[in-house]
Amino acid sequence: MIEVRWHGRGGQGAVTSVEMLALAAIGEGKYAQGFPSFGPERRGAPVEAFNRVDDKRIKKRQRIYRPDVVVVLDPGLITLVNVAEGLKPEGLLILNTHKPFTEVKPHIQFDGRIALVDATAIAWAELGVPITNTTMLGALVKMTDIVKMESLSEPIEHRFGRIANKNLTAMKRAFDEVKLV
Amino acid sequence: MSKRIGMEIALAAAEAAALCRPDVIAAYPITPNTHVPEHLSEIVAEGRLDAEFITVESEHSAMSACAGASGAGARAFTATSSQGLLYMAEILAIISSMRLPVVMIIGNRALSGPLSIWNDHSDIMSQRDIGWISLFAANGQETVDMTIQAFKIAEHPDVMLPTNVNLDGFQLTHVVEPMLMPDQEEVDRFLPPFKPFAALNPDDPVTLGALGLPDIYTEACKSREEVLLNSKKVILEVWKEWEEQFGRKYEPIEPYEAEDAEVLMLTMGSMGETAEMAIDELRKEGMKAGLLKLKLWRPFPFEELKEAVKGAKVLVVTDRCLSYGGAGGPVALEVRSALYEEKKRPVILNYIIGLGGRDVMVDHFMEMIRTAAKADAERPEKAYEIYGVRE
Repeated sequence: MIEVRWHGRGGQGAVTSVEMLALAAIGEGKYAQGFPSFGPERRGAPVEAFNRVDDKRIKKRQRIYRPDVVVVLDPGLITLVNVAEGLKPEGLLILNTHKPFTEVKPHIQFDGRIALVDATAIAWAELGVPITNTTMLGALVKMTDIVKMESLSEPIEHRFGRIANKNLTAMKRAFDEVKLV
Repeated sequence: MSKRIGMEIALAAAEAAALCRPDVIAAYPITPNTHVPEHLSEIVAEGRLDAEFITVESEHSAMSACAGASGAGARAFTATSSQGLLYMAEILAIISSMRLPVVMIIGNRALSGPLSIWNDHSDIMSQRDIGWISLFAANGQETVDMTIQAFKIAEHPDVMLPTNVNLDGFQLTHVVEPMLMPDQEEVDRFLPPFKPFAALNPDDPVTLGALGLPDIYTEACKSREEVLLNSKKVILEVWKEWEEQFGRKYEPIEPYEAEDAEVLMLTMGSMGETAEMAIDELRKEGMKAGLLKLKLWRPFPFEELKEAVKGAKVLVVTDRCLSYGGAGGPVALEVRSALYEEKKRPVILNYIIGLGGRDVMVDHFMEMIRTAAKADAERPEKAYEIYGVRE
């Protein structure tokens, strides 16, 4: 089972990310959960959302404390919350940032694998808004193979309708541009 | 053919309700059940369901509208949570006394205060004695299935009672997961159209909800009690039919590794499957631990409970509600009463868990069961314990 924790800000669509990922996994015949952090979320405030993906039926309904992967949608969050809290040492941290790793590193309490992508720039270019939820899905898929890229098409087309293609392009760019440090 | 889908469970509950072709939906949004009526309003607006969607100004009006609709012979549905259920309270008992088979989904949530939008069972437990049938779902699939079953149970000529389907707020309502969604043809085959016993009609006037003078009120209560107790037979029949048509088995108390268990835990709602993982771990350690998942809360399955705990030395009952000033949680109170007259019964411990959204993990269930196992020789000192509470 892979457990993923997403960090974003209220309004950035972290909940949509976990929904798209869960639907893609279920579409592949896998078992998955996608759920928000169960709170009264305010626009701009730090929020979390979660995924579990497995080949077997998932019984666990407790929150995720020891994720395998953490995805951070907003570059500013690393100075506000410990995004690596509970992350397994052999796990993976994927950050949206335009900064070089040397500038990010002091804020990260994690010695394991870290991947960076400038998702905000991609989102501005492809979507015209700094909303990185679908973009970061591309980075996650590249780094983990949690689902296949094509499995995300249907959920994203269903959710985003006429702007689905822009989201799929942004996702594809993050897939290509994400780099392990 | 049923289709495997991924969907948020609240939306799936709305889809399941829509497949039952309700004539009237009257609901007022309240977290965490909001997505149920919201999605139903979309389904009606899209023209997928020919129903009257009444956007009422309160839960009191929602349940009143359901009473009127059901009284006029319509299939009526609503959904609520927490304070919304409390606001309906005045009408809830009237609905069951009038034998109106309204179906309601409750996205279970703690009661204020302090203000909490998170999950426990305090809402439905505060409305325990209102004469409704109460089912508890443990996952998305059970939510879908029980929503459809609820209409058939409620509207059965031998029942004609309102039925609520309880699903834990957030822990179920807001989770996207895979489910098998029946199609319209399958549901139509399972659920016949609603045939009211008596319906309000100006051309053929009847009185529903008449005054009950002291010479008849007691008898009215007795008949309500009798029909609720007798509804268990119908519930079991409906579950059997469901199993035959859809292949998924439902029981008032679903056992897990319980057959040879010396220590049994009992859960109700969404924590059952997490508790199953604790049982698996304890079995690996060699402990004879098992689980009972209570799905039918009202009418309470007394006989099934007695049978299920027969071989156990210790029974750990979990409750997601506290009866203030009483002797623990409502489920444990019921279980103790049910087993009191038994010559041989297990030692019963009661843990109050998961109040107002407090997370309960596999490790916690393991610890509760381990502690309880030691209670074998001696009776517990306290009637109940609020697990993990900071004092």
